[in-house]
Amino acid sequence: MASVYPKIKNRGFVYHLHPPLVPQNVLKFTHTWGLGGSALVLVLMQIISGILLLFAYSPTPEAAYPSIVALQQEMLFGKLIRNLHHWGANFLVFVVFFHMLRVFFTGAYNSRRKVNWWIGLGLFLCVLISNFTGYLLPLDQLSFWAITICTAMFEYIPLIGTMIQKIIIGGTEIGKATLSNFFAIHVALVPMCLAILMPFHFWQIRKAKGVINPSSAEGKIHKVSSVPQLVTREAAMALVMIAALFLFSVLFDAPLADKANPGLSPNPTKAPWYFSGLQELLQHFHPLVAVFVIPFFTVSCLICLPYLKFEKADGGIWFLSENGRRMGIMSAITALVIAPVMIVLSEYVINISKIVPGVPPVVINGVIPAVLTVVFLFGFYQVMKQKFAATAEEGVQAVFIFLLVCFVVLTITGVWFRGPGMELVWLWD
Amino acid sequence: MMMTKDQKEKSAQPVEGRRSFLKKLWIGLGIVALAEMLGVIAAYLWPKKQKADAETPGKIITAGAAEKFEKDSVTAFRRGQFYLICLDDGGFMALSRKCTHLGCTVPWVASEKKFICPCHSSVFDISGAVVKSPAPRPLDMFAVMIENGIVKVDTGKKTKRSGFDPSQVVYL
Repeated sequence: MASVYPKIKNRGFVYHLHPPLVPQNVLKFTHTWGLGGSALVLVLMQIISGILLLFAYSPTPEAAYPSIVALQQEMLFGKLIRNLHHWGANFLVFVVFFHMLRVFFTGAYNSRRKVNWWIGLGLFLCVLISNFTGYLLPLDQLSFWAITICTAMFEYIPLIGTMIQKIIIGGTEIGKATLSNFFAIHVALVPMCLAILMPFHFWQIRKAKGVINPSSAEGKIHKVSSVPQLVTREAAMALVMIAALFLFSVLFDAPLADKANPGLSPNPTKAPWYFSGLQELLQHFHPLVAVFVIPFFTVSCLICLPYLKFEKADGGIWFLSENGRRMGIMSAITALVIAPVMIVLSEYVINISKIVPGVPPVVINGVIPAVLTVVFLFGFYQVMKQKFAATAEEGVQAVFIFLLVCFVVLTITGVWFRGPGMELVWLWD
Repeated sequence: MMMTKDQKEKSAQPVEGRRSFLKKLWIGLGIVALAEMLGVIAAYLWPKKQKADAETPGKIITAGAAEKFEKDSVTAFRRGQFYLICLDDGGFMALSRKCTHLGCTVPWVASEKKFICPCHSSVFDISGAVVKSPAPRPLDMFAVMIENGIVKVDTGKKTKRSGFDPSQVVYL
């Protein structure tokens, strides 16, 4: 009697991870873009390069910077290992972000996948914390001041902000205690959380019967054997990812500025690129809104996402429908026009304090712009929904795309269009 | 038959009650243990007070003779991380060098007679008051004392303020 299981050595281990048979249509590259697998590959590479760096790094304020300089100049392949870890971390933020977008736009967060959506958010948080804590470790001018401004943001969280800030920094100034805290979080706490959450994440995919597949396709789908059909595709993606990271690390060096000097802020001082959208918000909104209200609102929305009661709950189709796709393009174009215009207006033209003097800045730069934004978003939702005769699901997606593109515009502005004194400059100036 | 069933249920009730009570007790104890653990971790991680504070309550830095400072001048003190301001009317103020926006070190730009933060371009005047946001409040102050013509600054305690007030200036 012929078995459906192909005869392959050690297939037992593969079948712990994958079912023996998978639907053929989910193997298509554009169904998942191989993002989850890429994230796993990058995490494993971070662990290897991170362990190698641990042999060279000294986590004390006096020795940290010299140990990185020695690593780069004296140790064979030292620079390459640091480049791999640095760019790998940046790749990882990119990949997990796009992985989350893929899950969102294929609607793979409902019912059976609810818990996995939350685990994914937890993993994303782990990646961000890991990047953020790792950023300080070289203790050069770049990292010292980026961490200074990022930790100062905590002060604007009402009630508990100062307390959180004090615990993270381990006092009032960035110093020995801060480095110890960040080092412990970076090399022990976050890896431990990843080690717990990642297998949980993968197991949940198995529990939900694999990656999302449109219910309309169920039954008609031709199933193929996961060995070798799925496994070879995964191996190819992993090898491409590893090759890309190596190539990037050979071509580009991880930045290392002068030794940290607490008396001299460089001009301009920028947050790491994944927080530069947040820093750009700070240019336009009162800190209370920029670093508390907006992030809190965003995270709450992401957590509550699986609870939205949608009219139709079919996942697995990119952007829900043809209509959803058209609305998405429309939203993206709107955001591409509105966001840069608003940045320039808020920078040079709008000055509410001149129109209504004597009102506290928290109202002028915080409450008023925040309320206007909410009113605009609500209006945008209603207009889009009516114009395209859309479902609530498609409307929510349109608003999400609008906000997403705004965030990308803010991030790009922060990274490339801010010069000395954080003035707006052209990229080529 | 019905009687026996009822009796059985009755006799079962105390057991059920005891079970659910014990279950709740275990859960309660578990929560208490977890809270204790979190408390211990929080206490362990809570930053220690700086030793210098315990030895000399309020780190007092002697800036120098009052006559030494020109009117309308700003002198940086690296050790205490503050600026000693001598206003044009001869009054003294000590301002923290930390920007109130996001904690960057604000340099005094002598050519413009302003503090200009390099991080997010907040601007403060010589008294530390905000000229240009995003900084939400003036530069924080340290207490200035003038004893026998010698200016001293207490860097132990920072004072936050919402605006400039003549009472913040110390005169000889």
